[in-house]
Amino acid sequence: MSDGARGTDHRNEPPDDEAALSARLKRLGNRLAHANRPPENGSGPRQTADPSAIARGFRLSTELVAGVLVGAGLGWLLDRWLGISPWGLIVLLLFGFAAGVLNVMRAAGVVHDRQLNDR
Amino acid sequence: MAVDPIHQFQIVNWFPVAKIGNTEIAFTNSAAFMVAAVAVISVFLIGGTARRSLVPSRLQSTAELTYEFVANTIRSTAGSEGMRFFPFVFTLFMFILTINLIGLIPYAFTVTSHIIITATLALSVFLTVLIYGFWRNGLHFFNLFVPKGIPIYILPLIVFIEVMSFLSRPISHSVRLFANMLAGHITLKVFASFITLLGGAGIIGMAGATLPLAMVVALTALELLVAFLQAYVFAILTCIYLNDSIHPGH
Repeated sequence: MSDGARGTDHRNEPPDDEAALSARLKRLGNRLAHANRPPENGSGPRQTADPSAIARGFRLSTELVAGVLVGAGLGWLLDRWLGISPWGLIVLLLFGFAAGVLNVMRAAGVVHDRQLNDR
Repeated sequence: MAVDPIHQFQIVNWFPVAKIGNTEIAFTNSAAFMVAAVAVISVFLIGGTARRSLVPSRLQSTAELTYEFVANTIRSTAGSEGMRFFPFVFTLFMFILTINLIGLIPYAFTVTSHIIITATLALSVFLTVLIYGFWRNGLHFFNLFVPKGIPIYILPLIVFIEVMSFLSRPISHSVRLFANMLAGHITLKVFASFITLLGGAGIIGMAGATLPLAMVVALTALELLVAFLQAYVFAILTCIYLNDSIHPGH
């Protein structure tokens, strides 16, 4: 559409009806672009990452498991480096569980993303 | 008769390519299917955009549909600024979608059913978010971990939990795709083996075998949905994570 508009701009003296036609085409193009534009981030309803119930369930479970796994992994590493076994594992596993719950709540939309809150 | 639903995920070395130290790098069936996926995508997109006609052919209009689909996903989650990551997200989406769909063909190998593949993809997203986030925002990137309106005395605790939540992203990102594909293909295989097992048990077994057959047909349809859905979910989560690197906190 922009190509057509540019093409008519460079032409010296377009005939009247052709100019009118290209103007109408341009207006139509603008209106189409306006109508088809998807909602920008934050303005429209939030698009969720879970279009179906299975995907949603899978997403929530993996979010929780991932949090706990990260906590356990970090705790285990900390124990090995600092030699404070088993305290790193115990404490970080609990933190990991909290992070997992936070993940789930965020994924489920219970806690709103801070990006959307701020804007 | 032995039923081995895991056998389909076995990696087979086809021929050695290089040798680094004592580790032999071989061209495996997994690599072959990745090359096949890239070839399919290239043929689809190059063929679809070769003749850019105003009235699109079927192939061109499908190619345009995939472009519009991914572009709209990015715009709605990461804003217009996210469009600079369009090549990245589009590549991930098309690669995963094609691999998932190829994996549904009987006797084909499903590359995404190996966690090393999905973990690599998820880590590439994670590193992109980290590197771009720091390059663009500098130390303001740490605002991501500091929610607003939190009393100062529990702030360290919250920040720590936020960091762990951030670190758990590549894990959940990769495990989701991997687990979906693995579970789906194992279920398909198990139900398919019921057909042959029941079919060998006389005329009553034959009649009973129609039940798992119906199940396999239904599951194949479900797997087709899952193949698309997981590629979409991977892409949209990539966008959400990239959004964090573009606008951390505020």
